[in-house]
Amino acid sequence: MEVIGADRGLMKGVVIALACTVLVFLMAPIFVVLPVSVTDQRFLSFPQETISFKHFADVLTRPDWRGAIWQSLVIATTAAALDVVIGTLCAVGCWRLASRSSETVRTLMLAPIIIPSIVYTLGIYRLYVDLNLIDSFLGIMLAHMVTGIPYPVITVSASLAGFDIRLEQAARILGATLPQTTWRVIVPNIMPGILSGAIFSFIHSWDETVMVLFIAGRTAFTLPRRMWDDINENVDPSVASVAVLLIGVTLALLFAEMALRKRRNRA
Amino acid sequence: MAAVSGAEARRAGRARLSAVQFYWLLILPAVVLMAGLYFFPLVKVLLISVSEPEPGFGNYEMLISSESIHQTLIVTLRICIITTFCTLLLGYVVSYAMVQASMAWLRWLMFFVLLPLWISVLVRAFSWITLLRSNGLVNEALLAWGVIDSPLSLMRNEFGVSVGMIHYMLPFAVLPLYANMRTIDLRLIAAARALGAPPWTAFRRIFLPLSMPGVVASSMLVFIFSMGFYVTPALLGGGRVFMVAEYIGIQIMQTLRWGVGTMLAAVLLVSILLLLLLLGRVVNLRKLFGAE
Repeated sequence: MEVIGADRGLMKGVVIALACTVLVFLMAPIFVVLPVSVTDQRFLSFPQETISFKHFADVLTRPDWRGAIWQSLVIATTAAALDVVIGTLCAVGCWRLASRSSETVRTLMLAPIIIPSIVYTLGIYRLYVDLNLIDSFLGIMLAHMVTGIPYPVITVSASLAGFDIRLEQAARILGATLPQTTWRVIVPNIMPGILSGAIFSFIHSWDETVMVLFIAGRTAFTLPRRMWDDINENVDPSVASVAVLLIGVTLALLFAEMALRKRRNRA
Repeated sequence: MAAVSGAEARRAGRARLSAVQFYWLLILPAVVLMAGLYFFPLVKVLLISVSEPEPGFGNYEMLISSESIHQTLIVTLRICIITTFCTLLLGYVVSYAMVQASMAWLRWLMFFVLLPLWISVLVRAFSWITLLRSNGLVNEALLAWGVIDSPLSLMRNEFGVSVGMIHYMLPFAVLPLYANMRTIDLRLIAAARALGAPPWTAFRRIFLPLSMPGVVASSMLVFIFSMGFYVTPALLGGGRVFMVAEYIGIQIMQTLRWGVGTMLAAVLLVSILLLLLLLGRVVNLRKLFGAE
């Protein structure tokens, strides 16, 4: 029995060690950009003599990078704000109806996550040619908004699964109208899910690359598009500093989301 | 007074009548937007594939006759299979460690698995470029240590694309695997061991078969996501390796053959839907995508 216990402990150790190796593979490439971003050289490399923040300064002062960051920020914020309203309403409606057809609707809402972006991009490109929305701010925002709807639908549905429906019934019995019940009883109770959805929708738009390769280009220029062009044309360390900034923003959002989820679980 | 109570009564009556309508009203904006700006363009893609350059199934005949399409589909399939297999192997190890680990370890493992999911796909592809280029960090280190004499070609080939894809897909493999393994009663292994089975036999005969639903769900999910993947293959393939998504992009942007591009997009779409249908027989899809 003791032998069994010992080699089980050994096996467990081996498994965890293997898993950690895999996780290093998962993490290392992400953080390799960190030293590269502070290199003193003009090409992609580790710092040779000294640590330099010139590439960060470059990115934050050059008008093309600043413009791209600004456009991405505006587009992602607008798209996420709309998504969270549309997605939350949809999730609440589907949850309350709980009928066959509303379930079908909710499943169809997942399509943008499953169907490859390139397939949708061809369609939206053609539609935008007809609507004269190619290379426009509004066009990118609308495309990001529509493909971002699934995220709040998913997170709000998850929140609603833990929401006691009798609270809603109690409000109705006490005389609250349907809109009042929705706004004053349901919405406050699922707030963490709503905010998570907003964060995920924001990241979706902020990161989206495939669509903007086709429907953006000259006047409308998001950050991923700018990075794509830079990576393909002249690989220099400024992309690494953008990458580090992006990782920073994402980490901040991710921690915010985790804090929200903790609150949701406690509630 | 009478008018007020009349209005109230009318409102109450309407509210009673229309609870279902009210909730459908909440769903309406999402449905209208998705129909008009998502599904309508998708249908358009399918229609273009049978109407340009001329009506009929001429584009679909290219599937049989075009050498470059064959090449692209074979490369896509090969990379998808390699990616799925490797991702699954690595993901299995991680998920297995997660079910064995203590709560504190589990939380960290989960954190590291989920973290890359939210880091820009461009950033991840770019990191691999800095590592794998011919004068990248891996080659420089190997040269400096005297392991190799001339740089290895680690990207702009199928190896580089596969590495980038495996890295991208790993979290998608771990999540369904872990969800399944969590439901396996570990006491079954302990029982097998107590009855004299060596550790490997206990794993192979008890744990592995019980984890098969997770393996199937994971591999199909990874395979589906890999098939239509654009960014990483395009960047790490560097114009030498073309998977189907990039090939479609080239038809639209460079050769302007919309018929061919939309035909391949339609083929991609239908293959994915068929795979999903298959997958739906094994696992609860909505649970897999987090809708439940």
